[in-house]
Amino acid sequence: MPTVEIDGRKIEVEDGRTVIEAADQAGIEIPHYCWHPGLSISGNCRMCLVEIEKAPKLQIACNTRVTDGMVVHTKSEKTTTAQKAVLEFLLINHPIDCPVCDQAGECKLQEYYMDYDRQRSRVPLGNKVKKSKAIPIGKHVMLDQERCVLCARCTRFLDEVTHTSELGIFQRGDHSEIDLAPGKTLDNPYSANVVDICPVGALTNRDFRFQARVWYLERTESVCGGCANGCNIEIYHREGRIFRFQPRANMAVNDYWMCDAGRSSAYGLQGEGRLQQALLRGEEAFVPTLWADAVDAVGRRLVETADRRGGQAIGIVVSAQASNEEIFLARRLAGALGARLAGVSVSPAGAYHDAFLIKADKNPNTQGLRAQGVDLGAGVGALTEAAGRGELEALVLVRSDVLAETTAGPALETLPYLAVLDSGHVAELQYASAVLPIGTYAESDGTFTNHAGRVQRFQRAVAAPGEARPGWQALADLLAVVTGAPAPATAADVFAALAAEGGAFAGLDHAALASSGQPLRA
Amino acid sequence: MTERLLMRCRDIPGLRSIDTYLQHGGYEATRTAFAKYQPQELVEMVKASNLRGRGGAGFPTGMKWGFLPKQTEKPVYLAVNADESEPGTFKDRVIMEEDPHQLLEGIIITAYAINCHTAYIYIRGEMKYAYDVLWEAIHEAYAKGCLGKNIFGSGFDLDVVVHRGAGAYICGEETGLLESLEGKRAYPRIKPPFPATHGLFGCPTIVNNVETIACVPHIVLRGADWFRSIGPEKSPGPKLFCVSGHVVRPGVYELPMGTPLREIIYDHCGGIPNGRVLKGVIPGGASMPIFTADEIDVPMDMDSVQKAGSFLGSAGVMVMDDSVCMVWACYVLSKFFHHESCGQCTPCREGTGWLEKVLHGLEYGGGHASDADLLLNIAGNMMGNTICALADAAAMPVRAFVTKFRSEFEQHAALGRCPMRPDAAPEPRAHAHG
Repeated sequence: MPTVEIDGRKIEVEDGRTVIEAADQAGIEIPHYCWHPGLSISGNCRMCLVEIEKAPKLQIACNTRVTDGMVVHTKSEKTTTAQKAVLEFLLINHPIDCPVCDQAGECKLQEYYMDYDRQRSRVPLGNKVKKSKAIPIGKHVMLDQERCVLCARCTRFLDEVTHTSELGIFQRGDHSEIDLAPGKTLDNPYSANVVDICPVGALTNRDFRFQARVWYLERTESVCGGCANGCNIEIYHREGRIFRFQPRANMAVNDYWMCDAGRSSAYGLQGEGRLQQALLRGEEAFVPTLWADAVDAVGRRLVETADRRGGQAIGIVVSAQASNEEIFLARRLAGALGARLAGVSVSPAGAYHDAFLIKADKNPNTQGLRAQGVDLGAGVGALTEAAGRGELEALVLVRSDVLAETTAGPALETLPYLAVLDSGHVAELQYASAVLPIGTYAESDGTFTNHAGRVQRFQRAVAAPGEARPGWQALADLLAVVTGAPAPATAADVFAALAAEGGAFAGLDHAALASSGQPLRA
Repeated sequence: MTERLLMRCRDIPGLRSIDTYLQHGGYEATRTAFAKYQPQELVEMVKASNLRGRGGAGFPTGMKWGFLPKQTEKPVYLAVNADESEPGTFKDRVIMEEDPHQLLEGIIITAYAINCHTAYIYIRGEMKYAYDVLWEAIHEAYAKGCLGKNIFGSGFDLDVVVHRGAGAYICGEETGLLESLEGKRAYPRIKPPFPATHGLFGCPTIVNNVETIACVPHIVLRGADWFRSIGPEKSPGPKLFCVSGHVVRPGVYELPMGTPLREIIYDHCGGIPNGRVLKGVIPGGASMPIFTADEIDVPMDMDSVQKAGSFLGSAGVMVMDDSVCMVWACYVLSKFFHHESCGQCTPCREGTGWLEKVLHGLEYGGGHASDADLLLNIAGNMMGNTICALADAAAMPVRAFVTKFRSEFEQHAALGRCPMRPDAAPEPRAHAHG
């Protein structure tokens, strides 16, 4: 392996690595705009010019492969002069309106100006080349041509990743501008990734635009629940409100990208339609009930039913929207009661999918159900048939919108007792005897197992609304009432119990799952 | 050297016709190459001749051919750079328009030497006449068995295609040319990899200038020693000099490499007309640093011109008499490079426009006392910092103009206008880009 010296530090790197990668490995920042690890090397921004001993002129760190004994200077006078020059060039035709630019706070032009430039402008403001502003170029993306630094990340993404080439660079010299190719709009299923990789404010997300300054936002590592791929994401949130999802790099799952549908699913996790209060059916209507009282009532009813008619008179349905921890506790609950357990994983017929990231299975944890041995076949049908024959007295639905997913309607109408654990106002509520509101995956800790059998952790970004609890906690509380044993204190404890159980999850460590996950045991 | 080879068309009327060309020894070099030499021997011969590229960079041609991989399963391509676009340069055009078979013969021999079976001539789109002449010549060559399958019974096959560019200076940069030939925007490629290994369509490719290729048949017929005997040892051979501007007889001159610049201006071109005196000369096309009148005792070969502080480049000699405002001349050149910058690299994209704006201000009002230093600083920040040499091409003339004629720049700033062209209407700055 070659050894390179960067700013006096000797760094051993893999053969074939570039100077910018070697520096990154050592925690040395080499500023750059056009270089992105998920795209081909363009070498056009010239921000990463560095001095390399014995080279006749400055070299771009992004395209210069490390050779043994190479000596690189990223802080030398030659390098810093070039960095200041590139920034000055970039700024002479760029609007100086950071206070009103939506990218302020995460703009590399702004950040690098503070870190590497800090010189007064030598160009009169009136002399700038003026380009167009705020052009909607697709459902998700807005283009501000005047802010573009022509790094070509967006065009390379559309050429190399989606192979759709909606954007091109037109005109020449300082009149060059990004624009739509004739007759096209930016409407491929991954279009908003160009916003993530735009280093400045040229491409912005129409949903997020002007919604928040990023420095006010907190970021939480999570996993997209939009489909079985489980793209790694960061949830941006503030004071309990989710503002956006952005992809988080995981080369084993989603590289650097995510789909637009997954990204947009952020906006469906909150707002009106969320269940916020535990409810017990009164004479005619639901009666808001304290959480502990509601859990106690449901648990006692299930125990009483099991004692009276046997556990087989109780059914529990857990869906592939549930986490591994929720599935585990649902299994424990079924075991403690002797109840029947069924899993459900249904996606819309003909659901969009492709050969890249988007899966036809729109559930994040179908593999988790399978890995825990939950019946995904005729289980739900068998339960509803049993209900129709009067053999089933109580049913517990865990994130299971069975009316939307099955033909269980008539059975629910005649069912004596239905407990619903869900996040939103699902249709089953009309038949429910008890409702326990639970949080979405953005409001809970837990794990999903993606289509390829990779177990991935998500973390609570925001609190569940009102009285809602994380799903694992609701099930743990219910299990405690049924068994009389203490409930597990954390989702990590639940996962540890799942791993200790043996089977597919054996050997997995909850802490070690962060932040890129681990594959299930084969 | 009095004999004209590259410019034989001046002595033989109708040489563009293959019949005339054959009557005067046409395609003998090709037959000789097939009959007497193995491909590698031709590569060695060109190496031994010290032929250096005539497109501007002056890279040793044989060495470039030698960079091709010895074993490859991919096709090898030859791309002839006929995108002659440098202001002040118009030599390749004469070869293509008047003696196209000389070029084709050079292409055939070069292709044979490098094991290439498809050659492209990338011609500047505006040169429609040359394009038509080349196609006519190619059809003639196919009809006579000079191109196509089994040329002259040698077993060697070659097809030649002429491709018209749309008229962008950057298409003359060898990797920009390849991008354009592939149907893409002509952004120069970062190197490595180099075209010899990853060129056209990802295949090994040699890019040579028209004049360079035209030298090859003469080297084959007369030998490397003969070629090397003309001019200086390290950059020998006949050379086409394009002389424009304030001389009595502007035009294309075939002279030995190393002919003094003073001799070219005063002997061959008849000196400065209208009783005026020489003020400055750009020796190698618009992108090269200017010489003052007292710097013209320089042999016009690659190394000598470089030693004197400029470059031979494409040998586009641009002569300016004392009527020329050097700020205006510098502005005009900057306007060109601003217009032609492809916009890929930050320093060139933004720097060329900035240079033009500062020069526009000096020439037409709005200049500042600090502008001379500002121009030097901008140019310095551009040079050497981009993928291709266009930023250098834009910066080098500015640096030379400001350095050698600084008083004129300062005078413009002090007066707030041009003292030599006080009534000149301001030119609009370049905005439209085609």
